[in-house]
Amino acid sequence: MIKKVRQHPSQNESLLFETSSPGKAGYQLPQLDVPAVDPADALGPQHVRQEIPDFPEVSEVDVIRHFTRLSTWNYAIDLGLYPLGSCTMKYNPRVNEAVARTEGLMWIHPYQPDELSQGAFAIFAELERVLAEITGMDGVTLQPAAGAHGELTGILLVRALLEAQGNPRKKVIVPDSAHGTNPASVRMAGYEVVNVASNDRGMLDAEALARMVDEDVAAIMITNPNTLGVFEEHISEVARILHSKGALVYMDGANMNALAGISRPGDYGVDLMHLNLHKTFSTPHGGGGPGSGPVAVKKPLDPFLPLPRLQHAASGWSWNYDRPQSIGRVRAFYGNFGVLVRALAYIMAHGGDGLRRATLDALLNANYLRKLLEADYEIAYNAPSMHECVFRHPATGAIAKRLIDYGFHPYTVSFPLIVHGAMMIEPTETESKQELDLFADALISIAQEDRENPDLLLRAPHSTRTNKVDEVGAARKPTLKWTR
Amino acid sequence: MLDTTGLSTLEDLYSHLPADVRFQGELNIPHGKSEYEIVDYFRARGHENANSRANFLGAGVYHHYRPVPVDTVVSRGEFLTSYTPYQAEISQGTLTAIFEFQTMICQLTGMDVANASMYDGSTAVPEAAMMAMRITGRDGIAVARTVHPEYREVLGTYTRHQTTSVTEFEYDPETGQVDVESLEQALNENTAAVIIQSPNFFGVVEDAKQIAEMAHAKGALLVFVFTEAVSLGLLEPPRDADIVAGELQSFAIAPSYGGPFAGIIACKDKYVRQLPGRLVGETKDASGNRAFCLTLATREQHIRREKATSNICTNQALIALMATVFMALYGKQGLRELAEQNLAKAHYLGERLWRRFNGPYFNEFVAATGVQSPEEINKRLLGFQIVGGLPLDRFYPELRNSVLLCCTEMSRRADMDAVAEAFGA
Repeated sequence: MIKKVRQHPSQNESLLFETSSPGKAGYQLPQLDVPAVDPADALGPQHVRQEIPDFPEVSEVDVIRHFTRLSTWNYAIDLGLYPLGSCTMKYNPRVNEAVARTEGLMWIHPYQPDELSQGAFAIFAELERVLAEITGMDGVTLQPAAGAHGELTGILLVRALLEAQGNPRKKVIVPDSAHGTNPASVRMAGYEVVNVASNDRGMLDAEALARMVDEDVAAIMITNPNTLGVFEEHISEVARILHSKGALVYMDGANMNALAGISRPGDYGVDLMHLNLHKTFSTPHGGGGPGSGPVAVKKPLDPFLPLPRLQHAASGWSWNYDRPQSIGRVRAFYGNFGVLVRALAYIMAHGGDGLRRATLDALLNANYLRKLLEADYEIAYNAPSMHECVFRHPATGAIAKRLIDYGFHPYTVSFPLIVHGAMMIEPTETESKQELDLFADALISIAQEDRENPDLLLRAPHSTRTNKVDEVGAARKPTLKWTR
Repeated sequence: MLDTTGLSTLEDLYSHLPADVRFQGELNIPHGKSEYEIVDYFRARGHENANSRANFLGAGVYHHYRPVPVDTVVSRGEFLTSYTPYQAEISQGTLTAIFEFQTMICQLTGMDVANASMYDGSTAVPEAAMMAMRITGRDGIAVARTVHPEYREVLGTYTRHQTTSVTEFEYDPETGQVDVESLEQALNENTAAVIIQSPNFFGVVEDAKQIAEMAHAKGALLVFVFTEAVSLGLLEPPRDADIVAGELQSFAIAPSYGGPFAGIIACKDKYVRQLPGRLVGETKDASGNRAFCLTLATREQHIRREKATSNICTNQALIALMATVFMALYGKQGLRELAEQNLAKAHYLGERLWRRFNGPYFNEFVAATGVQSPEEINKRLLGFQIVGGLPLDRFYPELRNSVLLCCTEMSRRADMDAVAEAFGA
């Protein structure tokens, strides 16, 4: 059987385990400069394993070719517009990658003495400072590893403050338009989730909210701009309502790309919020991570921030563990340092004025696309758009797959859940007018195809190496690893 | 573009915001810097950190060599700048690599299923504990004091506000292994999981089989934790465990002052519905070709919201890819040889020092410093540009004048000799 059938191996690229042959390897170790030790003698024979069954045996060139080929099956920002709503897929400047690999930053051990880590401390301190400045907050922890981790940290902070005041309370209010991580984080922090419906403008209804808030409510988790790309105009009023009952306002900062430089949540009643550095500050998404989810807080919450905290004295920077009210650690060590380096590099490249300009460009791109598409697609809510816009179409899933044939990554499909057939589009500021025009042309063309030949959409994509994937079949009888 | 939107200035884009939420000032962040200035700034910060020739710190973060092809692969824009692979048709690269990752983690650990990654080992532990509580319907956790102290702190943070009761059990002061009697006392009818680490925080290999039997006899699960993944190249995998929660930093992930790393949770087949985090499964495309996609999403927050197995969304995909490439390069033979080198190096130094514990050890051990203080020894070593081991009284007040040392394939004989001399050996 002829195995190689195309110019570029695609469907028939074998897995590592299938190309293995005994004795092949892609490593070199130095010659051992100390006496060898017999594992069975040193560890006891019962602790020594047999060989690892079916573990790969491939050469370096095998590895490079395999992963290079695999990489070409991915869509990426480097290939074009990636308009996933609420994901902020903007271009990732390569200098960020370069500085994260600086020898003196990459190879430092978290337990080396503080006096040997002063450069790292300086980076933590400056990033904490600029994030507090951007959010209008008083203190920042850089420890959480991702947005959802920041949410959990934030709700634990809420609980700690309320507990210190005598009553942790029972419930956290979450709008029905929220990301799924919000209610899941609330539960992990031991609170009951109370959903609140959005009004006919896609916003929180202050009056309805006022009726819900009582002494059992610990906080509200509010995404702003919300997942419809709409700024919650009544945010100050919402804060007043919560505060009047002794409850707090937590803001999910997933959409901070709409606000940096033009609006600071700390200035209008938000008590704490998280940021997604892999969104707003362009550390790459890397196919799903790593991220970083710093939490910024107002002063009353500061004593409860995770251990350890930075402190500065004449002798330099060090870690402070003497914080009796702290919620404790939310992870080992101090945070995703390599991601923090990238985010600070991004902020330095922009400066304060550049961040503001990036925000305005993000708003412009979203509103420009909205105008181009309004004739062919129905906007979900008529409120003004910020950095993203949400349309509705019953064929949202099929349109998304058809977009792939036009060379684009789909928008976010069927989210937020409150819009039936949601198409959530976030272009970000790094896209040019040409790219936006191409994308709008594609969507307009697909709208026409949907009217004339809907079957074409249902079978899409037609142009990819792998065509429509059977996801239902995958879940029915899961195969989660390769076996011989 | 402004004309198309019907606006006249960029400021009009947010003029609908209430006046009290509009920021009128200027951010106190210096004007944008050039690429050269940014590189220069971080280079300067790097120089302010220790520039040591050798480093004998371990304790959950290990100095292993990072093969060059690892960064070659993860620097490809198609991996670096893609999102979570929800759109399977244009994400087969990431999905296939994760499927290979899951497979290799299962081969290494002896488990049936592994997820696509957790943030790190420390957060994998409470997630594994909560998983065990859901499975058993119990809410007691018994954790060994030889589990990484910071992992235990994270477990405490996660569980403090649940109904969970966390009990710690002791180690045997002779062997450095779990004290079986103390464990027996910690176990009861409400114990959901026994959590041990091996090699443990002292570098000592635990008898997981015996501990598993004790846990199972009480109807509890065994959660097996590892921080030094290279040990799996040589040590018997934790087949008797029910859940494995580990840290892969040793697999070509730079120490980077503690992150980003990649954790994993692996388990027996029957517990897969309670597993947190993303999973990739094999399926077919419409033409009948092999394809991969994210699967069993009904466990996850974007579908189940407050009823999900965890709130985790973003994980450590690119870091897990580093580990995947590392495992492929070293392979069956290389991982064994790497582990044997680590064992030999650690025993070269360990056998010359006064070791606190006599249990079997892999590439870390606790050395007693005698009449000197750990700080005195480390200060002397720094004179040779060597970062010494971790003084343990910080985490274990009873272990004064004790240092946790780690040797890897990167430890030179001459530097190990210098350490031995500094200890007066």
